Amino acid sequence: MSDEVSVRVKGLNKRFGAFVAVSDVSFEVKKGEIFGYLGANGAGKSTTIRMLCGLLSVTSGDVEVAGVDVVHRANAVRHAIGYMSQKFSLYLDLTVSENLEFFGGAYELFGRAFRKRRDAVMHSLALDKLSGELTGSLPAGLRQRLALACAILHEPHVVFLDEPTAGVDPGARRNFWRLIRRLADDGTTIFVTTHYMDEAEYCDRVGLMVAGRLAALDTPEALKRTLVPGRMYELLGADAAEVKKTAKDLALVGVEPFGATLHVRVAEGGPDAATLKRELSSRGVHVANVSDAEVTLEDVFLCVVGGAEKPNKVPEEAKAS
Amino acid sequence: MNNADVRIEATDLRRSFKTRAAVDGLTLRVTAGEIYGLVGPDAAGKTTTLRMLAGVLDPSGGSVRLIGRDPFGKDGSFREALGYMPQEYSLYGDLTVAENLAFYREMFCLSRDAFRQRRERLLEITRLAEFKDRRAQALSGGMYKKLALACALLHEPKVLLLDEPTNGVDPVSRREFWDLLHDFLIEGMAIVFATPNMDEAARCHRVGLLFEGRLLEEGPPTTLLGAFQDTVFRVRGDRAKVTAALETQADVLAFTPAGAELRIVVRRGREEPVLSVLSGLGAQTTPATASFEELFLTRVRDRADARREEKSVS
Repeated sequence: MSDEVSVRVKGLNKRFGAFVAVSDVSFEVKKGEIFGYLGANGAGKSTTIRMLCGLLSVTSGDVEVAGVDVVHRANAVRHAIGYMSQKFSLYLDLTVSENLEFFGGAYELFGRAFRKRRDAVMHSLALDKLSGELTGSLPAGLRQRLALACAILHEPHVVFLDEPTAGVDPGARRNFWRLIRRLADDGTTIFVTTHYMDEAEYCDRVGLMVAGRLAALDTPEALKRTLVPGRMYELLGADAAEVKKTAKDLALVGVEPFGATLHVRVAEGGPDAATLKRELSSRGVHVANVSDAEVTLEDVFLCVVGGAEKPNKVPEEAKAS
Repeated sequence: MNNADVRIEATDLRRSFKTRAAVDGLTLRVTAGEIYGLVGPDAAGKTTTLRMLAGVLDPSGGSVRLIGRDPFGKDGSFREALGYMPQEYSLYGDLTVAENLAFYREMFCLSRDAFRQRRERLLEITRLAEFKDRRAQALSGGMYKKLALACALLHEPKVLLLDEPTNGVDPVSRREFWDLLHDFLIEGMAIVFATPNMDEAARCHRVGLLFEGRLLEEGPPTTLLGAFQDTVFRVRGDRAKVTAALETQADVLAFTPAGAELRIVVRRGREEPVLSVLSGLGAQTTPATASFEELFLTRVRDRADARREEKSVS
């Protein structure tokens, strides 16, 4: 990651009639950074991306992407960005290589220059063997990879990925993120939205949108520290409703199901795992095991977006940037 | 299991597309009040299975019974008992949220009072109330999914088939989704939930792990996890370095980021060499219990490895 700024957003607003979709959003993204943009459905993530790409006019505010003033020169930014939209952008009745050719044409890549880029992209995304396959016959994971290939064909400075891995299985998601990291390491700036909080952990910084506002912005580590203080435990074989009943007595700040287990958070200076297990048992709550757990970004998300105990405070870092 | 309570039953179900067997001898039963998670990688056959269960795709072999009836027979009365949420777009894009719900009301001939009551409840839980005049095609992906679920639930079916219902749905709404499903489960609904999302699979009563059209394993998540043989560690260290080193280790069956740490699954009996590589990088390791995602990644990988060996032998 360099110090060069790739995306600069200041005081961005978007209204649709009386509906405020994006409200006074400001942030900067550095060249080669992976910037995660999270929030509930309808929080204004896609609207922001579409304004950054010059596809939607802004109500007010400044947007600069790859040195281009997008508010006044939307067309000029096209060559500098790649956009993988949430809705499917590929032609299912074209083959893999025909889709690439179509997108190449859209970016005025022809002849030798196109073939060179096509081969490079197909190789780096491991699509070589699929060039003659019909896109519609590919599983979701491979289609996403092809959509990424089409988005980076013209070597953009910034790539916008709007929920690139929705519906992709865990193995394929992992491979996809390995490719994203490699792109970023090579200097491409990545702006990505996702609802998978384990993926958000891969981002260098994460912004959290709540009802059109940027409620928090920082590294995953700092967000956890500031927004989810205390200690987290993982409980096996306990019933959420039963544990919640003891919340007041035992000063439990949060009780959330995580897969087959429960994540229970206690305030700073709270009991250790063994004490917590003893205390729960003495109150008649069955629990098979209590172990230390890491705070995850899902905990952060639930706290900030779910409007749990913590107020939606903007950390100092977010205000500064 | 009480036979009288079986709501969904598939026996030796098969479906081929040309020469490829998408579903290859699948047998499953779901009882009233049960949620069954159908998990598997892309192209495992999840959608094909659900389409056959819903009676919209003819099986090549085997049979299906929904509330004891044959969805492919002449008797169409099972339809009222069925709610089906397909993965692809299933609503009218140029109708609003409220109009789509009204359309489903007409289809299932709901009384005005029942409709109002259910509609309010579903709009509230899905947080779509303030978007009720927005056209379906203008909704974000996650909101669209929520509307599709609301439409599938409106007639309170006895059997609910959900094909990846939470793709693109944010974590808070996803939890609300689950709370909603639990309310219906208590009332006796039988649900099949196809998902690539393993933390959701782990919340189902029983899970079937589907791979290449067959069930590799089936059972309650805790039972499956209890039988898991390989070793899981939490690793704390420089993530980039650790990742690079682990990618070349054949005995590392899976790795997952977990906060600032990584979690890895190491083949049983091969822990020592992997741990020595990690300590050489200055990383700290602590043993951990397997998560459902780790079980999934390991099983699928085992199966794919076995398949490759079969092929290289033949």
